Formats: sequence, structure tokens, C-alpha cells
Amino acid sequence: MAAGPGVTRLEHAFREEWGAVVATLARRFGDLQAAEDAAAEAFAAAAATWPETGVPPNPGGWLTVTAWRKAIDAHRAAGRAAAVDPQLLSDVTAAEEATMPDLLGDDRLGLIFACCHPALALEVRIALTLRYVAGLTTKEIAAAFLVPEPTLAQRLVRAKRKIRESGIHFEVPAAARLTERLAGVRTVVYLVFNEGFAATGGDQLIRGELCEEAIWLARLLHSLLPADSETAGLLALLLLHHSRAAARTDSAGKPVPLAEQDRSRWDAVLIAEGTSVLDEALARRSPGTYQLQAAIAALHAAAPSFDDTDWPQIALLYGSLARLDPSPVVAVNRSVAVGMADGPLAGLAVLEPVLASGALDGYSPLHAAHAALLEKAGYPERARGAWAKAAETSAVPALRDELFRRHENS
Amino acid sequence: MKYALLIYSPATAEEYAAAATAGRQAAQGTGPWTDYTQAAKDAGVLLGAEQLTHIETATSVRFAGEDRLITDGPFMETKEHLLGFYLIDVPDLDAALDWARRMPVHDGQTVEVRAAMTGMAWQRVLG
Repeated sequence: MAAGPGVTRLEHAFREEWGAVVATLARRFGDLQAAEDAAAEAFAAAAATWPETGVPPNPGGWLTVTAWRKAIDAHRAAGRAAAVDPQLLSDVTAAEEATMPDLLGDDRLGLIFACCHPALALEVRIALTLRYVAGLTTKEIAAAFLVPEPTLAQRLVRAKRKIRESGIHFEVPAAARLTERLAGVRTVVYLVFNEGFAATGGDQLIRGELCEEAIWLARLLHSLLPADSETAGLLALLLLHHSRAAARTDSAGKPVPLAEQDRSRWDAVLIAEGTSVLDEALARRSPGTYQLQAAIAALHAAAPSFDDTDWPQIALLYGSLARLDPSPVVAVNRSVAVGMADGPLAGLAVLEPVLASGALDGYSPLHAAHAALLEKAGYPERARGAWAKAAETSAVPALRDELFRRHENS
Repeated sequence: MKYALLIYSPATAEEYAAAATAGRQAAQGTGPWTDYTQAAKDAGVLLGAEQLTHIETATSVRFAGEDRLITDGPFMETKEHLLGFYLIDVPDLDAALDWARRMPVHDGQTVEVRAAMTGMAWQRVLG
């Protein structure tokens, strides 16, 4: 096939339009597999005809209507003519004549809520969201999560069958369930980002792309639900975290701790956007864990240096966060901030119950925070032991090397 | 859609008998299960419900070629027993899960939610 302008246009349109087509059809046919198959056929038809005929004036509408007709044909061919709701036939005509009300926002939200349904296993929710909302290929998702591609494909097939047969609808949940379900969607987006950010193993390059995907998803969710403060908080948090991406590793790929990062390499555009999204959310005075974490990240982003950071304010925000989310991981982060604001002994006091509970014994950042506080408090021997524990429990080779180096030097 | 809400419990025969006795003794008044059943009925979603006798009373018919072997006991020895089920008709899984969550089951028990197949040829017999 000749690489005419039509092809380029198709590539450009692909991601956005593919997600939109799948969302529209999934909601109307209640069947993700049928939506995916019909979308594939419509895109193949576009690739075959657009280079000859030129791109239609409304490419998205063309793809949706074409896929819709293919889905109806497939329903009929499968002998399920009776199952084709007459409404679907009149709707596709309306869509063709562009008289159908624009439901795309609802369609996309419906698809997101179905992919993130709590009746599906968490790793399945993540894979479905990346595949059908973000439009990644099965191969890309498999590579990012270190799963063999056939295994992931099998999981997706099973998930699509469960959605169809168990009656998971592609709808925005009723008001009574919305808060809980939306929190579940945010968790999926956050976990996608974290998988890229924390790099628990695997190919760094693909993992960096997971951060971009998560931000794309957070942007989409925020654009669909602009009045939801925590969704805005999530987007702000991801933007602010990602602003440090270039400074987080050195030229050899080794992680650089926040205190030693070259702040001139932080992305000012992302910081400005994240801060502005956050300010707008905070003004609504409906605080939550994502907004608090974003506020902490914004204070780091605004600080000229690690020492010259508003640590008392950050320690206060961590205190609020710990009240909403009394998890030991939050306590570990809080201990670092309290250590900077009120001295290492105060920080160690925050860490004491976490260490005593043993709940995070395998969590490397706990031991790294403990070691740094012990070092500052003047206990070099105990610090050495904590650095060693931090190195032993780290799953990331580059980080493990760095922690061993600190263990040697302490 | 029709959903079966299957109530499973690790109950021993003794616990089971005690619960059944307590249930009969309370037959005059109302208990949490009476209230739950009434609520499902009032909401117009209830198609049926049964409470099963203890798994020790089960009889199995095993199919082996032309033979039909009658054996004493359940199909499979498991710790979790099917105590009973509700059959409801609600719009989607979310609604079915809501009814499952409202069940007054005891700590440690599990309610499994399963959608019923639709459009099967044999179902036409049911009318």
C-alpha cells in the first residue's frame, strides 16, 4: 500500500478514534469482543479505501458508522438477528445522518467503568483499561507487565466473556455506587502510573510509556468528569510526579534520589499544568488523598533545593494524609518529612510503630528511610544494618546497587 | 437478567442443625432472613429461594456408561457447603451484587453470584 496522506491521517486518528469506536459499540451491543471485531473491520476498510477516495470530512463518524453496520451484520450472520435491538438500527441511521445526540462522553465513561469493574481481578482491570481505553496492543501490555502474550490474550478473552455473560453493563454507575466505583477507576489509573514510575522490574523504556498512558487516562477521566476534585487531584499528582522523570535517573540509568536531583531538568510545563489543575481542585474544598499527595508533590516542585523545601508544610500534609489513609506506606513517607521538619528523632518516632508491626519488612523504602534517619541522628552502626536491609529487599537492580553503595559508604 | 445468589458456608453438621432449630423456633416472629426475603419480594426481584438440608443428607447419582450409581453423600467432599440460594431478576451485575451484599449471612460465609444463561433452546419449554 502506498504511503499517501490518507495513511498518515489514519495513523494519527487511530488511537483516539479506535477507543471512541470501541466505546460506542461496546455500550450499544453490550459486547466488547463484538465491538473490537467491528472496529478492526472498519479500520481495515478505512486503510483500504481512504488512500484512494481521500479521508472523509468526519473520519470518526465514518469509522463509527462503518463499524456499527459491521457489528449488526456480524450479529445477523451469527443467527442472532433476534438479538439486534431495533433501536440499534434506528440509532445507526441517526448516527449516519449526524442527528444522534452526542453521547461519546457517556460511552467512554461507560467503557472505563466496565473495564474497571470490581467483579474483575485487579490485574485484569489494568489490562482491559490499557487495551480498550488507552488502545495499547496486547503485545505492548504483555511486555510492560512481563506476562507472555498468549497468557495476557487469554486473560482478556476470559474477561470479555465475563463482562458479557455476567451482566456488567457499559454504563456510568448509579449515584449510590458512583463514589466507590470512581475510586476504583482512579486506583487502576494510579497503578498503571506506579508500575511505570516505581519500575518493580522489566524493560525501563516500556515502563516509562506506562506513565504516559496513565497520564493520558487521567486526562481523559478529568475531561469527562471535570467537577470531580479527586480525579483532578489524580491528574495533578501524575503530572507533578512525571515532571521529575528526566532527573530521576542518571546517564547510566541509576536512580537519583530527590535530594540529589538536578532540578533544572524538571519539566516546567508539566509542573505548571499540574499545579494549575491542583489549585482549581483545591478551591472546591473537597479534599482527598490524591489532592493531598499532589499538594505535597507541588511543594517539592516549587522548592529551589531539597534543604530549602517547605518541610513543615509537607509534614502537615502528610499528617492529614495519614488520617485519611492510615497505611504504613504513608507513615514511611511521613517519617521522612517529619525528619526534615522537626529533626531525625521526630522522624524515627513516626517510623517506630511501622518497624514494630513488621508489616512492611520486605518494603525497601522503609529500610532506606530508617537508615537515612539513623544516620542523621548519629547512629552509624544501626544505619549500616538498615542500609543493608534496604538493599536486600529492593527488587530493582539499579536501585539495589545504589543502596549497597550506601551500605558500603555508611 | 436472572442471577442465582448461592450461599456457601463452612458450617459443620452440628452448627447447621443448631441454626435450623433456631430458625424453626423463631418461625413465629421475624428474623433477618424474613426481612431480607420480604424486601426482595417487595422490590419485585424475587423469583425463588430455597434453603437446603445439610450436605451429609445428600445422595448422588453417578453416571458411568449405562450405569446409574446411587451413592450416599455429596458429589465432592469440600469444606464449603451450599446452604441455599435465591433466584432474582435484576437489570445488571451491579444490582445483583447489591442484593448479595444485603444478605444477613454470618462472618466467614460467602455468597457467590452467578448470572443465568439466556436464549437457550431448552428454556422455551418453560414458556
